[in-house]
Amino acid sequence: MPTPRQLEMNRRDLMVVAGACAAFSTTAGGARAQPAPAGEPVLSEVSFSVNGRNHRLELDTRTTLLDALREQLHLTGTKKGCDHGQCGACTVLLDGQRINSCLTLAIMNAGAEITTIEGLGGVDNLHPMQAAFVKHDGFQCGYCTPGQICSGVAVLDEIKAGIPSHVSHDLTGAMAPTAAEIRERMSGNICRCGAYSNIVEAMTEVAGRQG
Amino acid sequence: MKFDKPATDNPIDRLQVVGQPHDRIDGARKVTGTARYAYEQHDVVANQAYGYVLGAGIAKGRIASIELDAARKAPGVLAVVTAREAGDLKKGPRNTACLLAGPEVEHYHQAVALVVAESFEQARAAASLIKVEYVAAEGAFDLNAAKDKAVRPEGDDPSLNDTHVGDFAGAFASAPVSLDETYTTPDESHAMMEPHATLAAWEGDKLTLWTATQMVAWGVTDMATTLGIPKQNIRIVSPFIGGGFGGKLFLRADVLLAALGARLAKRPVKVALTRPLMINNTTHRPATIQRIRLGATKEGKITAIGHESWSGDLKGGGPEVAVQQTRLLYAGANRMTAMRLAELDLPEGNAMRAPGEAPGLMALEMAMDEMAEKLGMDPIAFRLLNDTQVDPEKPKRPFSMRRFDECFRVGAERFGWSQRSAQPGRMREGNWLIGLGVAAAFRNNLVMKSGARVSLDAKGIVTVETDMTDIGTGSYTIIGQTASEMLGVDLDKVVVKLGDSAFPVSAGSGGQWGGNSSTAGVYAACVKLREAVAQKLGINSTEAIFAGGEVKAGNRSLSLASATEAGPLTAEDTIEYGDLDETHQQSTFGAHFVEVGVDVATAETRVRRMLAVCAAGRILNPKTARSQVIGAMTMGVGAALMEELAVDKRRGFFVNHDLASYEVPVHADIPHQEVVFLDETDPMSSPMKAKGVGELGICGVGAAVANAVYNATGVRVRDYPLTLDKLLARMPDAA
Repeated sequence: MPTPRQLEMNRRDLMVVAGACAAFSTTAGGARAQPAPAGEPVLSEVSFSVNGRNHRLELDTRTTLLDALREQLHLTGTKKGCDHGQCGACTVLLDGQRINSCLTLAIMNAGAEITTIEGLGGVDNLHPMQAAFVKHDGFQCGYCTPGQICSGVAVLDEIKAGIPSHVSHDLTGAMAPTAAEIRERMSGNICRCGAYSNIVEAMTEVAGRQG
Repeated sequence: MKFDKPATDNPIDRLQVVGQPHDRIDGARKVTGTARYAYEQHDVVANQAYGYVLGAGIAKGRIASIELDAARKAPGVLAVVTAREAGDLKKGPRNTACLLAGPEVEHYHQAVALVVAESFEQARAAASLIKVEYVAAEGAFDLNAAKDKAVRPEGDDPSLNDTHVGDFAGAFASAPVSLDETYTTPDESHAMMEPHATLAAWEGDKLTLWTATQMVAWGVTDMATTLGIPKQNIRIVSPFIGGGFGGKLFLRADVLLAALGARLAKRPVKVALTRPLMINNTTHRPATIQRIRLGATKEGKITAIGHESWSGDLKGGGPEVAVQQTRLLYAGANRMTAMRLAELDLPEGNAMRAPGEAPGLMALEMAMDEMAEKLGMDPIAFRLLNDTQVDPEKPKRPFSMRRFDECFRVGAERFGWSQRSAQPGRMREGNWLIGLGVAAAFRNNLVMKSGARVSLDAKGIVTVETDMTDIGTGSYTIIGQTASEMLGVDLDKVVVKLGDSAFPVSAGSGGQWGGNSSTAGVYAACVKLREAVAQKLGINSTEAIFAGGEVKAGNRSLSLASATEAGPLTAEDTIEYGDLDETHQQSTFGAHFVEVGVDVATAETRVRRMLAVCAAGRILNPKTARSQVIGAMTMGVGAALMEELAVDKRRGFFVNHDLASYEVPVHADIPHQEVVFLDETDPMSSPMKAKGVGELGICGVGAAVANAVYNATGVRVRDYPLTLDKLLARMPDAA
């Protein structure tokens, strides 16, 4: 837990510090976020299932789950928007829960059951959430869309399971898929094209159908 | 096809397909993750390697030394490219700074090196082993400090000139009611979701680039210039683009470095800019300082209107054209505008969604709100009193169509504008101070030459090919609708192929010219194909009616596909424009209505309701057009309330260069949004009778938010974005 002293640093201070750090490191040739590697990459085997199919991969241990999906398994429906857990474009379902796949190393997920956008439905058999996104035009460029849809599916499950959010009035009571709940819970998925209003309508329709 | 007379009746007017709210024809691919973007072309060429870009750690100066040995020897590394390995590079005409630094560094995070390796992890690790020593030079990074040294922008473009009509100084000095205020807008970032990305592959001296670009033909031309190779040797493929907003108009470092890396490594190479690199490496919307002077009679007739704007850019760059709407939006006999450009060493400033109008209207439309209050007038009544049907600088030049007043009247009724209290700070719900704001939306309609090829096969399938791009705008769908309407086939019988330089050159996506211009190009090609079909079928093309997969003339009716008995038919044409956009001012109009709540204790602002009423010619697809407008409204909320690139004025870079610290609107920031399109057609714009709409939605919305915040609180903040720290000290008593 942060101490009160730490909390005194507000966001603006933090940016000043971050700026200073970046500036100081520049003359030496740029910041190094991680120690420089000396030898060959360390490889490790990992097995998990993706969309119901088992995969056994030998991976550089630095490989994120996102890059394993995109670059090894060529499941490019899962998008890399920031690689820092800031945008939500890489959201997948991991053992039924949503996760930013850029923030977890692939080898940390041995035995996991992963569902990506390709696993929810295909062009000829759309998942109800996918169909609702098309109907309500819940996207434009389409790049954040798989992440929005994976998040959207998980959000409705979270509400059904009674998991409260910042806007829930009653932390232990039944949750309803209201627009406010949807907006709050979806806020980790950025859409720069600004399809939010339509996404809420798509999710509301699916939530209604689920009953 | 030359479009030089106003459009008359044509097959588009049937509106069987065009004008209908069809779902996107590429929608299923996007929602299933099967639409492939630039970095995802795994199967187009074998043996792809990974490139990782290192950006400069200073804003200005030169590279004294660069040590590459450790990186070259790192596991998996295939090649390291710097300016030395790149050889002689020219600068493309649309770039201000070079895309690869060395030895000079022109801005922070300008690319210094590319490491190519077998894997992304190896390339990234090796890039961290490159040691660069810089000699930093003094730079100018503060617009406010450089303002007095700013000069009139260089260049022959008349739109950069100072403008004077009548006697502005005299009229302003003698005006019974006047306003003289200064407004500022910050540097902003496009922050599109898909990072700039390219896969490059050489085959001999032929280069193929799978990339994310709004303008395929510009990319080919500028890449040819940069590398010094013939245009014919370059092919660009860009079928899906994960957002652009102007940030993907021009050739960027990912394209150049992928090509250079592939040449050196003798392997196809793919490169994506990392998110933290994007903001300083690429372009941004420049900050502005804007002075607005308004003079009016006591009755509210504007007698003097003046707008000056200061912005900065790298040497050789251009200004943010923030005054341009002020030349056209309101009447007033005495007028002036001027832009001044300061030389700054920040990253390159360039177009971002509605360049000019977006920040310009944030200032002008706040000034109009302030002036209305000074006059004791309703802000809508004040605007409509100063409406004009002619170009205010050239009164003999009419607008092609201007239903500005109707936008406000329809919007006021629908939004419940009469509920607004003219006096600020009077509406309250619990802790929330409620305010209503309004602003005008205005953006010119630009028409651009645009080509397409259309073919018909024996199964009756129509295929459209054009290098037009779909950056989320809905190009695939409206182009499909256009061909479907013109040839009388169902939309599912039309195949649309976009974003390939092997196809005819189109208008591309930018400046809200793409939708109208590219469909007009498809219209032109379809007219030619109709003629070819009619000729094959032995009927008069002017009498032929194309409908239901058949061609009818008199009492004859033949299947469309039967025209292909001797083989498929193909037609190609380009729409070109006469002087209708000179004889008539073509613009798009709208009115934004916003309701906000401002927390009386914390000054946190929440947008509660939004409505835009737009008059933008024929709406080709109300569903995708509406998405364009709500998306632009969302970006406008960002500009009003949160978006700001924080400038480190000592080191010269944008500090908050990622999506956690450069805040853009998220779901929780945006309420339900409503859009109304006035039913209209503008025969001056093109045979489609449509106009641009993609940027209209962001024009003015920031001011509408700011005016609503003022109405809620009585606190006027002229320094965007309206973050709560700027409101807090002046908030009304919470009790």
